Amino acid sequence: MNIFDIIQIAAFIGLLVLLTPPLGTFMARVFEGERTFLSPILAPLERLIYRLGGVDASKEMNWLEYSKAVIIFSGLSLAAVFLMQVLQAYLPLNPDHLDNVEWALALNTAVSFMTNTNWQSYAGETTMSFFTQILGLAVQNFVSAAAGIAVFLALARGISRKTTDLIGNFWTDLVRGTIYVLLPLSLLFAFVLVSQGVVQNFSATRTIITLEGAKQGIPMGPAASQISIKQIGTNGGGFFNANSAHPFENPTPLSNFLETLALLIIPAALVYAYGIMIKDKKHALVLYAVMMAIWAGGLGVSLYSEHDAAARLFNGRPLMEGKETRFGITNSALWAVSTTVASNGSVNAMHSSLSPLAGAVAMFNMHLGEIVFGGVGSGMYGMLFFVLMTVFLAGLMVGRTPEYLGKKIEKREIQMAMIGMLAPGALMLLGTAAACVLPAGLASLSAKGPHGFSEMLYAYTSAAANNGSAFAGLNANTRFYNLSLAFAMLAGRFVCLLPALAIAGSLAGKKSAPPSAGTFSTGDFLFAFLLTGVIIIVGVLTFVPALVLGPILEHMLMVKGIFLF
Amino acid sequence: MKTFWSAVKIFLVLTFITGLAYPLAVTGFARVFFSGKASGSFIESGGKTAGSELIGQSFKDPRYFWGRPSAVGYNPLPSGGSNLSPVSLALKKQAEDNTVAFLAANPGAAGKPVPSEMVFASASGLDPHISVEAARIQCARVAHVRGVPEVDIMSLVDGRIEPRQAGFLGEERVNVLRLNLKLDEGYQK
Repeated sequence: MNIFDIIQIAAFIGLLVLLTPPLGTFMARVFEGERTFLSPILAPLERLIYRLGGVDASKEMNWLEYSKAVIIFSGLSLAAVFLMQVLQAYLPLNPDHLDNVEWALALNTAVSFMTNTNWQSYAGETTMSFFTQILGLAVQNFVSAAAGIAVFLALARGISRKTTDLIGNFWTDLVRGTIYVLLPLSLLFAFVLVSQGVVQNFSATRTIITLEGAKQGIPMGPAASQISIKQIGTNGGGFFNANSAHPFENPTPLSNFLETLALLIIPAALVYAYGIMIKDKKHALVLYAVMMAIWAGGLGVSLYSEHDAAARLFNGRPLMEGKETRFGITNSALWAVSTTVASNGSVNAMHSSLSPLAGAVAMFNMHLGEIVFGGVGSGMYGMLFFVLMTVFLAGLMVGRTPEYLGKKIEKREIQMAMIGMLAPGALMLLGTAAACVLPAGLASLSAKGPHGFSEMLYAYTSAAANNGSAFAGLNANTRFYNLSLAFAMLAGRFVCLLPALAIAGSLAGKKSAPPSAGTFSTGDFLFAFLLTGVIIIVGVLTFVPALVLGPILEHMLMVKGIFLF
Repeated sequence: MKTFWSAVKIFLVLTFITGLAYPLAVTGFARVFFSGKASGSFIESGGKTAGSELIGQSFKDPRYFWGRPSAVGYNPLPSGGSNLSPVSLALKKQAEDNTVAFLAANPGAAGKPVPSEMVFASASGLDPHISVEAARIQCARVAHVRGVPEVDIMSLVDGRIEPRQAGFLGEERVNVLRLNLKLDEGYQK
């Protein structure tokens, strides 16, 4: 590492921390229906949307009604994106005359974008028409992210309200998240991206003759508008196959720096907004600090692995396989760690070629449940499962009824939190196990031995955690992987989302007790320590055996200088 | 049922805003302010399109500077990397083959370490850049083939170094297509 590497990381952390309070404050105001500087323009649009939608914005829902609205909206999204793909040859905005998408791939992709996963079994530039990209996929980039925020808001309300069964209105949460937060940020960011060289047009593939006389077909498209929201909404689905490693998707070091920042900024600011909504900034600060510490720890391991450990393999030369010259090693590691703590899943380097421990960090970040900043909304409600668990364990230790922010935590909340914490892990491990023993699972591997195992483990981890990045050597566009990963994504989304809403409903109905001398504080170092412990211990106990068989074994081979297969 | 129809209507309205109005607004902005960049950063040279500044091309001729190895042979349909594990024999062999081929074409580089960029394939397969060292180490070959003094080619490379953006972001690099165009402009083909 040189001085520039250190400056870049410091600038990144500095800017992230600096932007957190203003954006967090803004979001809290938006979600509580207060006026902001955007209200003069957007409030009329908001009202118009409610009128067109036939929605009564003042009417709140209980948790079952809220869940029903989320499920129906998700189902519609799924159907719309599926239909657009299987019919795209008959639809406009398809200058390269791309064919209809095969049904299993279309189903996988529809599930993938609806669940905010953005796993891609396809190559964008040779599979999806512009119509599908902008009206199908990019729309989901917005609304699946806004739906995640909505569920987090419902949970925050459940925690901060007392003796009511109402947790908000899904339609207003969805619309506000989309038009006040995601849309303005995306618009602004898309302009910046275009200024750096990200393409934005509706032209057909342009064929040129290279200096040496070969033909080269260069794909075009409305990429900037999509890449902007794919970063901001923690979606991650690339316009092109190489995702943000593609020079048209991420042309300069500045675009790279901002794209990395964009994928963490809303999740980070939501922690701050949470502090405002529950009127306990100290607790939010503790959550923020825990997230930052786990992120920084992962980054440290990745940087060591990439700069130090990996360079030993090839006579001290930096391991540039699967990395771009303009980004270099440090920016690739920074991105890999950030995209997997958030449920983004975009990449600027090929994760499959990362040094083994850097690959392990990427996987472990997802194993933890993407709660370190996490997906927009989903990261926060995932983190709150762990918070409830920590409060519960602390209560057990001292023999008191556990309380969280004045609310008694009882059997139902803990049951729901357990499902949200453990069910994704079950999907990841059982999916990998199934792929390991089925011929259809093994047939897609591009590597043997530990790396082949990592390809499968990464795939089911990424799917169930709704991340979307991949060890892309795996040929995922097969009937087996398209369908099994679609199931993992769908289940992975709802086994967290529905328990979060159930907890919201149950907590909203409870009385709130003022803190007493015996109340276990959730705003100090001890709590931060316990919370970090719970997160790491649950992660380690569940996933280390699997990681040992894959990336950790590869790391040991690397240290010994042994090449395999 | 009421929830269902609300969902349909809200979905359609949001689709219109985020799926149509938004990308068209960005396209309009792009066309007005950054027309060249939004349409692919193509470079015109000698009355024809030489390629995109951002999309690397395959160079195998010793008269040109070479770009990085590419898992897709610089064919952008579709882009991608090798996805090989760093501890795989496949990557080891590929790295050795690339090193041998590079040294065979650049006898002057014998004994020096071959830069990573000339050994390892990029993530996109379309990386338009190489590191400064990877450009400098090719100067002797290019100068020899074109029959010009090496210092001339060296200074040509130095003039095309793209610094870290804003002084600290990313890595120093050289755009291979731009460099080769400059080469064709200044020296006989």
